[in-house]
Formats: sequence, C-alpha cells, structure tokens
Amino acid sequence: MGIQGWTFLIVGITFAVYIGIAIRSRVKDTAGFYVAGQGISAVGNGMATAADWMSAASFISMAGLIAFMGYDGAIYLMGWTGGYVLLALLLAPFLRKFGKYTVPDFVGDRYDSNAARVVAVVAAVWVSFTYVAGQMRGVGVVFSRFLEVPVELGVLIGMVIVAFYAVLGGMKGVTYTQIAQYCVLIVAYLVPAIAIAILLTGHPVPQIAIAEILPRLDAISVDLGLTGYSSPFTDLSSLNVLLITLALMTGTAGLPHVIVRFYTVKSVRAARWSAGWALLFIALLYTTAPTVAIFAKYYMLSTLANRPIDVVAAIPWVQNWMQTGLITLRDANGDGLMQAAELFGAHGLPASIDRDIIVLALPEIANLAAIIIALVAAGGLAAALSTASGLLIVISSSIAHDIYGHILHPEASDRRRLLVGRIVIFFAVVVAGYFGIRPPGFVAEVVAFAFGLAAASFFPVLVLGIFWKRANKQGAICGMLAGLGFTAFAIALIRSPQIFGTAEPIMPDFFGVNAQGVGTIGMLINFAVTLIVSLLTPPPPDHVQEMVEGIRYPRVRRVSERVDAVT
Amino acid sequence: MSPEPAFDRRRYWRRTVQRILVLVAIWAIVGPVMGIVLVRPLNQFSLGGVPFGFWMAQQGAIYLFVVLIFVNAWLADRLDHEFNVHETAETTQHVQTPH
Repeated sequence: MGIQGWTFLIVGITFAVYIGIAIRSRVKDTAGFYVAGQGISAVGNGMATAADWMSAASFISMAGLIAFMGYDGAIYLMGWTGGYVLLALLLAPFLRKFGKYTVPDFVGDRYDSNAARVVAVVAAVWVSFTYVAGQMRGVGVVFSRFLEVPVELGVLIGMVIVAFYAVLGGMKGVTYTQIAQYCVLIVAYLVPAIAIAILLTGHPVPQIAIAEILPRLDAISVDLGLTGYSSPFTDLSSLNVLLITLALMTGTAGLPHVIVRFYTVKSVRAARWSAGWALLFIALLYTTAPTVAIFAKYYMLSTLANRPIDVVAAIPWVQNWMQTGLITLRDANGDGLMQAAELFGAHGLPASIDRDIIVLALPEIANLAAIIIALVAAGGLAAALSTASGLLIVISSSIAHDIYGHILHPEASDRRRLLVGRIVIFFAVVVAGYFGIRPPGFVAEVVAFAFGLAAASFFPVLVLGIFWKRANKQGAICGMLAGLGFTAFAIALIRSPQIFGTAEPIMPDFFGVNAQGVGTIGMLINFAVTLIVSLLTPPPPDHVQEMVEGIRYPRVRRVSERVDAVT
Repeated sequence: MSPEPAFDRRRYWRRTVQRILVLVAIWAIVGPVMGIVLVRPLNQFSLGGVPFGFWMAQQGAIYLFVVLIFVNAWLADRLDHEFNVHETAETTQHVQTPH
C-alpha cells in the first residue's frame, strides 16, 4: 500500500474513533456542555489541555521556525510552556473554586459589572475566531498535501467532524476526543524524531542525541557562512527576545480556551495537579521540537549545501516537495551550486526551503515506511481539530452563556440554554470554516499578535481579581481598555505596511520593542492603570470581597464559618 | 468540625502567597534570567557539548517548569491538610446550574 492508501486508512480510523467518542459522550445539560459536568480527572484533563493547546502551528510549523531561527527560537519554546507555571500558580486553582462556566463569567462577577463581562466576551470571541480560522486552514492544507483533495474540501470534511462532536457532546465530547487526539499527535511526532536521532547518532533519545549533533551543526553553519546555530540574538535583540517571551507566557496564561479546561476538573486539588500533567504532556513535544530542528538543519546542510543544483534536484524527497511548491531551488548567484544561504535564506536572500517541510518531510528524509508518513498526516489533523474544537467551545459559551443566558435572557431554562449553545457552536463552525477557505488577509497578521493582545487584556485583571480585593470595576475596565488599546494601536503603527498598506511603517518600533513584544508593555500598562484607577475610586461592594475570600480556599465554607469572612 | 478561627484563614493565605512568590521567583530565574538575560555568560559552560545557556533556553527551562508546577501542587496539598481546608466529598465546589 502506498502513502495515500495508508493515509486514507489511518485518517479514516482516527476519524471513526472521534465520532465513536462523540456518540458515547452526548450531554443533556449546560454543565455537561460547557464544563463536562466537572468530572474530568487530573491526568485526563492534562492530556486534553495539551491537545487543546498544541495547534497545527505547534505540530507542523514550530520545529521549522526554530531550525531557521536557531537560539532565538527559544521565544516559542519558553514562551509557550512558561505560561503554564503562571497559570498553575496564579489562576487555575482559584478559577476552579469560583465554579462557573467561562472566563467572562469570572470577570463579570468579580468586577460586578456587565460592562466588564461584555469587554471580556468581545476579547474572548475575537481572539478565538482569529485563532480557529488558522486551524481550519491547517486541516485543509494537510488534506490537500497528503490526500490530494482540494483545500476547500479538506476544510469542509474537518468542519463536519468538529461540528458533529462539538454540537452533540459540547465540552464533554470535546474533552474525550482531545484525549484521543493527544495520543495520536504525540506518537506521530515522536516516532520520526526518534528515527532521525537513531539515523544520525545511533542514540534513540533525541534530547540526548543533540549533544553529539549540535557542536557539529554549529561548526558546519559557521563554515558555510551562516551564523552559529546556538549563538544568541542573531535575528532579534536580547530586549526583544525577553519581551516577546514574556508576552507569549502571560498571553498563554490569559487565553480563555486554556483557562476553561481547568473549570472541567473534579476539584481545586485536581486543577493544581492537572496543570502539571498538562505541561508534562506538552513538554514531550516541546523538548522534542528543538531537537528535530537541530537534526533536520544539520542533515540538510551536510547533504545539500554546496552541491550542484541538478544533483540536489535529483534527490527523491527534494523532488517530491518541489512538486508541492514548498521547495523552490533558487541559485541566486548563478554559480550552479546551492550555498547554505541560498537554501535557508540569509544575507537578504530568500530561502529555497519552506519552513513547514521540516516536520512534514522528516519521515521521508529518514526513509521511514509509508505508514509513518500517514501517521504524521493524522497527527497534524489531530493537532488542528483538537485546538479548533476547544476554541469553538469558548465562542459558544461566551455568546450563548454570557450574552444570551446572563444579559439578554437570565430567566431562560437550562434546556433552552443548551439548545442556544448548540446552535451557536454550529454557526461558529460554519464561520470558522468560511474563514478557513477564504482567509481574510488580516487573519495571519492578527494571529501572530493574539498572545500580546491576550496578555494585555486578560492576564492582569485575572491576577489582580484574585490577589487584590481592592481591585474594582472602574480599575478593571480602564485597565483592560488601556492595555488592549495601547497594544492594538502600537501593533497597527509598527505593522502599518501589512495592515494599512503604507509604504513604510508609521513607527518602526516602540523604543526598540517590536510588534510581538509590545504586548508585554501593554500588560504592564494594564496593571498600572487598574491599580491607580482602583485606588482613586471606591472599593468593591462587600459581596464581591466575600466572593474573593471564598475562592482563596479550596473547601466550600459552611454557613457557620462565614461569620468573619470579610477581613 | 468546629468553624476555623479567623487568624487561621489569614495565615493560610499568607503562607499560600509566600509559596507562590518563591516559586514565581524560581520560574523567573530558570526561565527568562538564565535562558535569556544571562545566556551569553552561561554559554561559556558546556553540558555534554551543548552550550549551557542555549540548553537552558531550549531544554532545561521547560523541564524545570514542569517540576515547579508539581512542587506547587504537592506543597499546596500539604498546606491544605495542615489548615484543614482540603476538599472532601461534601465540601468540593460544584458548578451551580442556573435554574
């Protein structure tokens, strides 16, 4: 059986499993639909969180990005894992104790204000939609590359599958399919990585095998006229590396689809442990990705660089990927040889190799069987679908629970709320699929900055809401608007050529900080504004202060213990 | 079980905040500080051939992040038992279904 046959088989089996799980985990009430009835175990939620978190970008693109960036790729590795420490320490257990459905729920109740709730809904829906469009696109791309169906049809198939289990099972269906999807994606990622580690060094653990390859990669990079792979700050200044990393960390901790996963566990204690399991499962992929980057770059440099262009073009895996357009051999100086700079793009030259093939072509490069290549396709689909479904739950709960159920029709019955939730999630799938087929130009631009915007809007008001009773409605609303406003405005000015089509950026950077790192400054502004405005206005009412007191202790207090609640 | 006196609650929260501050400080040192701010000086040391600062940024920090979260969960469990605020079957917060 060829690659296509195996891919049809494996993708077909995984999809059948997802549908089987969906049918088994239908729900009958909103508690099941939005927070899986709070019956998920710590380890199970850890796996689901890992699948929810690791998107098509983590699976397909990240190792390639790091291979091109070298040390500076650490912004993604540390940025997208370090946020879980903040989440586990500062937010997850307390928000679980709060015991409602959504992040806007917490913002609205804690700051005693429907205006704050609406600001949070708008931010949650906006961040989620830009993010989900990219996932649906990822589904379409994997389909078109491995099964040779049009991208549009691929997106459509993905939509049908997600709609099926999200509408039927809500958060419960999504959680159990995410657990299955994690298993698929992690096997699909580790098998080729281990195979190439053995191929290059004879050692099966990639994290150990880099000790042999990295010194050689550093040496060969310098020999071939590139900068040393492990030398820091070659593309980005140290200030930008620091601020981008912090923006990604605090953005991660503030992303609604990650936070709500911790609403689904059985107890506060489970929320604390679950965060550890989640990061452990994420770390399996996130410590492997940089090794894949090192192996792939070393292998490509040592086999392709300074070879005649027709010899390179005759290598079978190069030929395969030239057909998809992801390798375009460009001999910029016309000497008939492929220099390292022409392959990977340096000194102002465009790269001949697309970043995404680092992961996708690895099984072919390592001469693995067709079944492994098919597994990688199924893994990419699992990563994209699991993230998309988690985001769709956030969109549905924000609109159906917070806007419809809380503001428009507080008297609606649970059955009716559930029905509205299902209808909203169905339409959200349709809109996401539409954006996946016809991505608006701004989407790619915005996704890259979603973290900065989340960092500048949610993170400070959540942390202060738990740790500072004095934080009030006025402070939170001004803080969110100031942080979000500053960050969006600064990004728009720095990226004006991409967003407005100006010839030059209106502002090249903000005191040396680039558009990705500016979210950290927005976050600090949010903190400062919330602090100052809260202190200048009256403290929050007693029932809010008592609520904050309540979420700080895991055990529910009995009536007799509430005497001295407000301190 | 008798109601807890108020000072116990305050001490529990103070201990919780202290624990979080210490762990966040370690997070900052092993992540941003060692992996980014001090990466150049640390690169003078080598870990089996890999420059140490580079290794912290792309491997070591992630392992330590995982350890930090588990240590937090373990310490929090101990504190909950010490102050008798741990959850039991009847005292776990559940979501209140509207209507």
